[in-house]
Amino acid sequence: MKKMLTMAAAVTLLAGMPLAGQATPEQDLKAFRDFYMKRFPGVPLNEFGNGVYAIDADARSSWEAIEEFPPYDEELEKGKKLFNTPFANGKTYASCFRNGGIGIRQNYPYFDAKSGEVKTLEQEINECRVKNGEKPLPGKRGDIAAISGYMASTSNGKALDIKIPNDPRALAWYEKGKAHFYMKRGQLNMSCANCHQDNAGNRVRSEVLSPALGHPTHFPVHRLSWGNLGTLQRRYGGCNEQVRAKAFADQGPEYRALEYFHTYMSNGIKVNAPSTRK
Amino acid sequence: MKRRVFLKGTLASSAVAVAVGAGLLNPRQVLAAWPKSAFEAKSMQEALNGAFGSELTEPTDAIQIKAPDIAENGAVVPVTVSTNLSNPESISILADGNPTPLAANFMLAANTAGSVSTRIKMGKTSNVVAVIKSGGKLYSARKEVKVTIGGCGG
Amino acid sequence: MANSIKIKTSVNGDVCNVKSLIKHVMETGQRKDAKTGKVIPAKFIQELVCTHNGKAVLNANWGTAVSANPYLSFEFRGAKAGDKLVLSWTDNTGESDSAEHTV
Repeated sequence: MKKMLTMAAAVTLLAGMPLAGQATPEQDLKAFRDFYMKRFPGVPLNEFGNGVYAIDADARSSWEAIEEFPPYDEELEKGKKLFNTPFANGKTYASCFRNGGIGIRQNYPYFDAKSGEVKTLEQEINECRVKNGEKPLPGKRGDIAAISGYMASTSNGKALDIKIPNDPRALAWYEKGKAHFYMKRGQLNMSCANCHQDNAGNRVRSEVLSPALGHPTHFPVHRLSWGNLGTLQRRYGGCNEQVRAKAFADQGPEYRALEYFHTYMSNGIKVNAPSTRK
Repeated sequence: MKRRVFLKGTLASSAVAVAVGAGLLNPRQVLAAWPKSAFEAKSMQEALNGAFGSELTEPTDAIQIKAPDIAENGAVVPVTVSTNLSNPESISILADGNPTPLAANFMLAANTAGSVSTRIKMGKTSNVVAVIKSGGKLYSARKEVKVTIGGCGG
Repeated sequence: MANSIKIKTSVNGDVCNVKSLIKHVMETGQRKDAKTGKVIPAKFIQELVCTHNGKAVLNANWGTAVSANPYLSFEFRGAKAGDKLVLSWTDNTGESDSAEHTV
């Protein structure tokens, strides 16, 4: 089948191994990084965390002007306030997280051996709420993005460090995410990789396509087109709809798998969240 | 030294300014009325006439406009206008492709530098035009900013 | 009040750099409500004044083309730490706000 061949070919390209074999995540990561370092020579690994601004000087100067007093300033303050406000039962978010929820974003998503699930930060924020008798926060913008944005900001400067333990279930999540990244979908029949890997740095109309390397470091993100903070999975949904595919459920297994793979591929790049994008 | 008047009906007296600052006096009552004809003008010429009583400006490279070549989002275009013209009295920012070109007028005190930064809306590819009044004369510069519909459909 | 205005300053010698972010919708009056089809009325800041120790350093007139949640930055001479800055705005509907900041 054409689809299978494309995926297998992609795996081969990444791994440089015979078709029958499967690369380890570590090998994938090295190949992924090498691809972008070669495509954009002279750009240090950590600069990829700045997305298109690492490769487009004009856009960068505009972004730096906006970051002088970023539009997400108020939501970030709101996120901090919400994070520190106790629930009706007197407990706070700090009680649900390692280190009180401070400086931990770089380890999300992670594979939870007990449940066999990959967990994201937004997911655990809501689990914390439910555990303490509160209703979960809806979706991918507003309070959930503000709280996640605040928590992520406490990790600024820390390198992403996603672990894929030697557990076949974790590996299955990783492979599922990887397959999603390389699989074509939608009426426009495009994969994440078509834009953000094969065509990273090229333009689609007036937009410069950002490299996938470095993507998750700065989420939740304030997109000027949204006018507010949004989660990574908000963007997944938007991107899927833009290639005229149906978006998957927010925080469902597909996007959690994708986020697991996608974030792992940016290991070593420092968190710099929130940030402003177009 | 000629004292610059830029608060109508008063010479920037401290009491008035403090009162304004404390919210006790609505700025509207103190300042020259908002130049409606300038801001509602649909052409550059009408806007300049409305704001300055003249549409003649002298192009100069003593005015620098910092703005992106391509605006990422036409609703938020960061613009910095600076000049080394001496004693700039006012800095005006216009977008000549907007339905009403005049975006902002900044009136500067004697000790205020000839540089302002803000973010403006641009409806389409056009020029950001900066007009600076100095020594009673109007100077200008322009820079084209491209504003397009992005390819990501967003 | 003053909760719509954020001010950051930095002093280099006697030059004070002022950066401000104001929370305001800056509605142009050109947009239509998607649901009702009615025009959303214009609501935008028309005048701003910034004073330093009571003396005006900047006075601005704005139109609808200034971006929502507007940003403003400028510099002036003659400032030192401890000086008082006051930034006030008034919009076309008569609403206003004011904030104080110590340099």
